[in-house]
Amino acid sequence: MMMASFLETRELQMRYGPTTALAGANLQIEKGETLALVGPSGSGKTTLLRILAGLQSPTSGEALVEGRREDAAGLRRIASMVFQRTVMFNTTVYGNVSFGLHTKGLAKREIEEEVMRALRKVGLQGFEKRKARKLSGGEQQRVSLARALAVRPALLLLDEPTANLDPANASAIEHVVSNLGEEANTVVLATHRMDQAERLADRVAVLNEGRLVQVGDAKELFRRPSGFLASFGQLRNVFHGSVALSKEGLAVITLGGGVRIEAASNRTGKVSVFVRPEDIIVSKTPIVSSARNVLRGRIVKVEDQDGLVALAVDVGQELAAVVTKQSFVEMGLNLGLEVFLAFKASSVEVV
Amino acid sequence: MRSLQVSGFATLLACLWSLPAATILGLTNFRGKRLARGFFSAFIGVPTVALGLVLYMLFSRSGPLGVFGLLYTPLAISLGQAVLITPIIVTFAASALESVDPELRDLARTLGASEMQTSLAIIREASFSVLLSVVAAFNRAIAELGIALMLGGNIRYVTRVLTTSIALETARGEIAFSLALAIVLLGIVYSVSLALNLLRKA
Repeated sequence: MMMASFLETRELQMRYGPTTALAGANLQIEKGETLALVGPSGSGKTTLLRILAGLQSPTSGEALVEGRREDAAGLRRIASMVFQRTVMFNTTVYGNVSFGLHTKGLAKREIEEEVMRALRKVGLQGFEKRKARKLSGGEQQRVSLARALAVRPALLLLDEPTANLDPANASAIEHVVSNLGEEANTVVLATHRMDQAERLADRVAVLNEGRLVQVGDAKELFRRPSGFLASFGQLRNVFHGSVALSKEGLAVITLGGGVRIEAASNRTGKVSVFVRPEDIIVSKTPIVSSARNVLRGRIVKVEDQDGLVALAVDVGQELAAVVTKQSFVEMGLNLGLEVFLAFKASSVEVV
Repeated sequence: MRSLQVSGFATLLACLWSLPAATILGLTNFRGKRLARGFFSAFIGVPTVALGLVLYMLFSRSGPLGVFGLLYTPLAISLGQAVLITPIIVTFAASALESVDPELRDLARTLGASEMQTSLAIIREASFSVLLSVVAAFNRAIAELGIALMLGGNIRYVTRVLTTSIALETARGEIAFSLALAIVLLGIVYSVSLALNLLRKA
């Protein structure tokens, strides 16, 4: 007999009147793994997390913990969730982080120790007496994380923990999540950022319109992205080609359409490559730099994307790049304009 | 001070049943909830003489509650004022509880709180606004005249309170004494509000 998964869901469905938020989710989560739920907004990530957290009951379907059926109250006993929008009790940081420990009825000394430990974990030692609602958004989100970690949940659920955060706080959160250890070794993380999923998760489950369309380990998904995953916003710039020349750790890859790029890789033969749009530098004239790849093309698409501008540039293949709104305006970029795209050979991921 | 005792006790009495009622109205959903809320908010502004009259009829010797001999006792005033301020506490405290971020409920629950602990956490979040409703109710009780006059009868040393004294002294032409009493009344109301404001800053 196979060992039962730590957590298993069977045909979870959630309907709100005529709308279906979740249309039969089957998922197995093993003890100790970090699973990322990836999908565009409205794909059912939050709904699935809330059901796993025991905060709402599914319309139909069931959740099993170590093979035993659990209702919402049972799930609440093992899981703790960090919400996308930070909510703070109107008290001190200490009061917030100790809340869950008080509900367990621990002794004062123990509570103190656990709070300090949790705050150290998120790098907020010394913040105990501060008013939680007076902290910055990033600090509040770190308090949220500490508050959830303090109760040592067997299952930690994170709903877009770095959305709306500045890069420094976002990477602080990511650092904590990737070094959880004993506090919470099984993690389910909802994110719409593929790169974050890849960095933090052992496995990735792709959700679309309430359905799990693909589940697998992160690398595997990159290698064979389904049609949906490839078209889904955050996983752009995936190309297939073959290595034409490989020398001293540098591979020249032809992608078709007359595009050749250099990548830091020893691979030969047929490969898939991926360049993060964020790693591409856009300029109006060719720049002299250490970037091994400089491609010339025309802007064929301009799209607003949460404060950033996403560009599609036709260099023989369509490449996506992201610039800030300020750069977009100051450089006078526009549709049809000729630009140069530069990126380092080490920014090219070859799988 | 008879006034403080009578109205203070009235406020305590009213809290006894109003706060649980507000908790139910503010934190749960049930059929007829809107009706119940409408009922309480309609009675916020009830004229004290009208309420005084109804209670007078209840408490008088020949009324249904006449056997208790409550009329013209301080307890009668307290009871009357408690009924008067119940809608104030229920309505404002329920709104205060309702305005607490609903996500705090989920937060408490995901941190392992039971339903009871969750409700307590919500009440703690709204505690200042709830206290505000209680203070407003106390101020209304201590400042009202109709009930104290009709149920108390303004008996010296027994049921004479600040407002009834002011009315009496004014009628007798003792304007200076009335003014002094009015200033005392204002002082009480003002210092309660001041204390609350200090608490908010702390």
